[in-house]
Parts: sequence; structure tokens; C-alpha cells
Amino acid sequence: MTALEIDKLTHTFGGLTALSDVSLAVAPGERLAIIGPNGAGKTTLFNIVTGIFRPSAGRIRLFGQDVTRLPVHRRAQLGLARTFQISTLFPKLTVLDSVLLAVQGLDPARFTLHRRRASYGHLLKRAESLLADWDLADRAHQVTRQLSYGEQRQVELLLALAGAPRVLLLDEPTAGLSPAETASVAEMIRRFSRDTTILLIEHDMDVALDLVDRVTVLFQGRVLAEGSKDAIRSDPKVAAIYFGADDA
Amino acid sequence: MKTRVASGAAALAVLIALPAVLSSYQLSLLTKMLIFGIFAMSLDLLLGYAGLPSLGHAAYFGVAAYTVGLLALRVANNFWIDFPAGLLVAGAVSALFGLFALRTRGSYFLMITLALGQVLWGIAFGWRSLTGGDDGLPRVPRPDLSLPWKLTGGVPFYYFVLVFFTLAVGALALIVASPFGRALVGIRESERRMEVLGYDVWRYKYVAFILAGVFAGLAGNLFVYFNGFVSPSYLNILFSASALLMVILGGSGTLLGPAIGAAVIVGLENFISGYMERWVLVLGVIYVLVTLFAPNGLVGLVRQRLGHSPP
Repeated sequence: MTALEIDKLTHTFGGLTALSDVSLAVAPGERLAIIGPNGAGKTTLFNIVTGIFRPSAGRIRLFGQDVTRLPVHRRAQLGLARTFQISTLFPKLTVLDSVLLAVQGLDPARFTLHRRRASYGHLLKRAESLLADWDLADRAHQVTRQLSYGEQRQVELLLALAGAPRVLLLDEPTAGLSPAETASVAEMIRRFSRDTTILLIEHDMDVALDLVDRVTVLFQGRVLAEGSKDAIRSDPKVAAIYFGADDA
Repeated sequence: MKTRVASGAAALAVLIALPAVLSSYQLSLLTKMLIFGIFAMSLDLLLGYAGLPSLGHAAYFGVAAYTVGLLALRVANNFWIDFPAGLLVAGAVSALFGLFALRTRGSYFLMITLALGQVLWGIAFGWRSLTGGDDGLPRVPRPDLSLPWKLTGGVPFYYFVLVFFTLAVGALALIVASPFGRALVGIRESERRMEVLGYDVWRYKYVAFILAGVFAGLAGNLFVYFNGFVSPSYLNILFSASALLMVILGGSGTLLGPAIGAAVIVGLENFISGYMERWVLVLGVIYVLVTLFAPNGLVGLVRQRLGHSPP
């Protein structure tokens, strides 16, 4: 069974075709990088997989289940999580409160009105152990908007991890980070459970290829190439569009 | 948490003791402050917690007041029927309006809640045979609860309102601290993130919208008994806007701030109307001053002085 299967996906914005006949399949536990120049349709693909956009045509299956028409939150309940390229956090909440919301999101208590959240010990315990595991315990009571940009990117990853997702989409997790911060975020991704299937959009080729098993190259909304890291590295078409080869 | 419960109990003790020292006129002003406090807190659930700026919140207050008034005058002055009916109608109207309003966001939400509120105002104004039009519904009687104290007296009625005020504060405090209430704050901060975390955002907003409508209805119920009179002005935009001002003045996103804001506005209105007719002008000036000097409201101002970070 595939963890995520994308079948002949096409998406148009008005007259502009953002994705055209894109198909790919990811096995459970596999890590796939999606690379390609700006405007290749990478983030659009993520937005369709998570349900933010409805595709013009094509199907999406999560562990065999067709989720093409499911709303965003139902896909999350099925174990799909993501991060955003532009940090999408809770600016005025503390880090602990943010992680609590992430933990609570998949808990049956998430809609309870008549009991204080503080009385749910297991939510707090899980949030605190996540913060401790990912070395953010000392930031727990800081308001998110007061964190450094690098720390905010880590919180972004932590929110996506909190529900122990089966499929995780990472949209340029290291964008805008210094080399040192990039290294620590990459280290964080390397430490993710191998049970989690990961799709990674990444501009930094070295970072991307270091973290994944396989690569798909998107160019102008189409799959240009796919294969092992080495195959992609030596593919002349990829070199032409991505590495800016002289004969492009 | 402990200190909060203690200060809450102390505040309640003061409210219980106050009738002993207040004149009957001052007591009636305090009663009105409590009623408008419930109204402002109900709006805060939308504005301060869910981040939904409603400019039509008077609709639910007014529709409940009209329901209770009409039933008491035309059908039967029976508390056990009229009072729940007021809450029910407020809840039903907010459930209906919510379907339309929650299709929009931000300033569009503001405009559509305003428009829906004005529809009710138009009905109350135009349907003279039912609502009395511009003249409103006069001489709405207070209910008889078969208690040894008649609610026609100022002191028993004050305690009657205080019971509901306390219940409303307790219920709202529980709601905003519950997983549901925390999720509302998450939605205020980032809707997209909440969806991706597995929250059915629309459902949270819809339930919050109805709850806010029912609590506003509670205030409307109490108000029509208190005032003995309701007119279309309790349904219109000016009343909705002054509720927004109460919330912002007190501190949106804090539970009791809006109740304090309501008390200040009711007190000032009462004081200033004794000297001049341009009360709305004063409201506008207050709004400008709050926005400039206390963007987090009075509660935010006090917290800042005490060195706490904003919520």
C-alpha cells in the first residue's frame, strides 16, 4: 500500500495552469524531496494534498482512502500534517499553549465546552514531553512572536509533529535560516520517526538530498524527472533547469 | 488560579453587600451595569476569543427582550415560559444569522452582521401591530417567582440579576478555559493553522456565535424586566456599537474586562446625559482615547502597570 498517492493531478488558477497531470506515489516511511524552480507548482501541490485547494482534476489517496473531496481538518484527522513556508503560528500564544492546541487537535476532548483544559493531565504531559524531546522546554512560557526566527521555524515543525502524523509535508523548513539554524532544523528532521512518511520541498539541494531517499523534480507544473538521488544529480534535464547549466 | 477564585469571591461579596449602602437610584444603575456587563461579555466571546468582530450583536439582545416582552404582555406573564423562550429565540436567530455571517471574514463579517441586525431593527420598527413600532412595548411587567420577595422591589430584583450575572460569569469562565475556548483563541490567532491541526474551524465559530447570541439574549431578557420597556433602539447599530466599545474599553479577550467596560459606559452615560445631549459625541471621544492610549483596554492598562505581559 502507498502512504500517499497523487493521481493525474491538474490545477488551474484562472487561465494559468499551475499543475498538469502530476502523478506520484510515496511508500510508508519513505522520504521524498520535491524540488524545482520557483513557480514549478510545489506549494500548490501541498495545498491540494492538504485540502486548502480543490484540484481541477485528479485524485489524492491517503493510505488507499480517497481524500480528494475531504476538508482540511478531516485529512488532518487521518494523520496528514504540514508546515508552511511562511510560518503559520499563534503569535500571541506561548509556545506551550501552541503545542497544547496541536496536541488537543487530534484528541477526543477537542470540542469539550464544560471542563477546563487544565484538568486534562494527558494533554499537558504530552505537550511537555514534546517540548523536552525537541529541546524547546526552556521556551515553553515565551510568547511565540518573541522567539527568534529560527526558533519559530522549530515551533512550526513541532506543531506539525505533535499529532504523530503518518504523512508529513514540509514546505521549505529551512527557508531564510542561517547555516547554523539550517543545520539544527535538518538535524530535527533527521530525528523524526521513521514511521512518518515525509514529503519535503526544499530549495537548498544539499540539505534536501541529505534528508531524503528519493527525489521528484517539478518544472512548470509537470513532473520533469524522478528517481534516486544519484540519478537526479546526474540527470542532464535537471541540471539544465535547476543547476543553471551553461547549455540551458 | 487560586488568587483568581479568591478575588472573584471577594468581588461577589462586595456585590452582595452593596445594596446596604446604595440609594435605590444607585442600585438601579448598578443593576443596569450588571445586565450590560453580561451583554458585553457575550460579545467578547466572539470578538475577544474567536476574533469575530460583530457589529450586529444588539440583534440577539433585542430579539430576546421583544420575545419576553410580547409573551408577558400578550400571552402570560410566566417566568418559566417567557424567560426560556427569550433565550431560545435569541439562540435560534443567531443560529440562522450565523449561517450567513460565518461565510465571511474580517470587515465583511462586520458588514453582514450589521446588515442582519438592521433587518431585525427594520421589522421591529415597521411591524407596528406586533411591536408597537417606534413607540416600543411599554409596561412590560416583572415576573412573579412565587418567592417571599416581589421582584418589583429594587433590592430583590438586583439580587435576581446578580444570580444570573454570577452564573453567566461562571459559565463563560469555564467555556473560555475549556478545550473549546482555547481552540477559539487558536482560531483567532491562525485559522489556517487550526484547520491543518485537525480542527473543524467553521463548527467552532458557529457554536461560539450561537453561545454569544444566547448570552446576549440572557441580557435582553433581564433588561426588559428591568426597564419594563423595549424599543427598536435596542436592536440597532448604535446599541451594537456601544457594546463593541464596552468590550474594547474594558479589554477584549479578558473575561471581566468587558463587564468593567460596560459599567464605565453605563455610569458615564448616566452622568453625562444629566449635563448635555451629545452623549454619542462623548462615546466617540472615549473610543479615540482608548485606541490611542489603552489599545488593550482598561484591564490591559492595569496589567501593563503591574508588569504583566498582555494576554
